Amino acid sequence: MTVRDAMNVLGARVLVGEENLDREVRSACGSDMMSDVLAFSKDHSILLTGLCNPQVIRTAEMLDIVCIIFVRGKKPDNTILEMAKERDLVVLETGHRMFSSCGMLYAAGLHGGAI
Amino acid sequence: MADVIALTYEISPDDFTRAGEASSDVKSKLKQVGVSPAAIRKVAIAMYEGEINMVIHAEGGKITVEISPTEIKMILADKGPGIPDIEQAMQAGWSTAPDEVRSLGFGAGMGLPNMKKYTDEMNIETTLGVGTTITMVVKI
Ligand SMILES: Nc1ncnc2c1ncn2[C@@H]1O[C@H](COP(=O)(O)OP(=O)(O)OP(=O)(O)O)[C@@H](O)[C@H]1O
Ligand SMILES: [Mg+2]
Repeated sequence: MTVRDAMNVLGARVLVGEENLDREVRSACGSDMMSDVLAFSKDHSILLTGLCNPQVIRTAEMLDIVCIIFVRGKKPDNTILEMAKERDLVVLETGHRMFSSCGMLYAAGLHGGAI
Repeated sequence: MADVIALTYEISPDDFTRAGEASSDVKSKLKQVGVSPAAIRKVAIAMYEGEINMVIHAEGGKITVEISPTEIKMILADKGPGIPDIEQAMQAGWSTAPDEVRSLGFGAGMGLPNMKKYTDEMNIETTLGVGTTITMVVKI
């Protein structure tokens, strides 16, 4: 699916990267612990998280993640959004909680990928 | 050996939000010299985990990265408290991080196992009260 598809599934809002919504995504990972995320390294991935600090952007950068989705209405500040822009990331925000967000994307065909 | 590029970074312990800047810089330099994306990702993840550890568990330190035509070597040296039991520290899930660090998204006890997983060689030298030096190699 594309980032746009994921956005529609979650009724999410774009905060950064409007121009990159047609990028392809093939797997996703959801966690508030960045080292758990760093253990996961797949191409064309989405990161779902409820953590809201600059290290989320750095973690995404190290993993070449395509799109970050902040769940349960987390509002990243301007510093975080600027960092995301510089790194050419898409940032979305959804009011759904982590469990529901992951479930909705999974049901729509986006999986975690083999371990 | 010919063509070795050496980069050094002082890692400050004072500002957690800036932790990872060195790894970010290394990542873009490796891209410039044309290292493969797969190798770059391994280096970036391993170094970032190490850099974060230097900030949260030690009092910062110094990172040296040597880029040769065949491998990338990272040397992370800190003057922190040292690691009492390396075997235990290497176990997935072992962490001494306080709640305050956990609320920042770290302290899952996955950093050292990740560093091992993404590198071809990893060596830890540590002395209690003196510091820790971690050397990692990624072949390219
Ligand atoms: N540079 C260091 N100096 C002193 N102790 C360290 C250092 N690096 C790691 N440790 C010790 O080893 C433990 C395990 O480190 P590891 O990176 O695997 O997990 P963590 O940093 O606690 O959590 P995570 O990496 O998942 O965020 C740490 O909790 C800490 O006690
Ligand atoms: Mg760690």
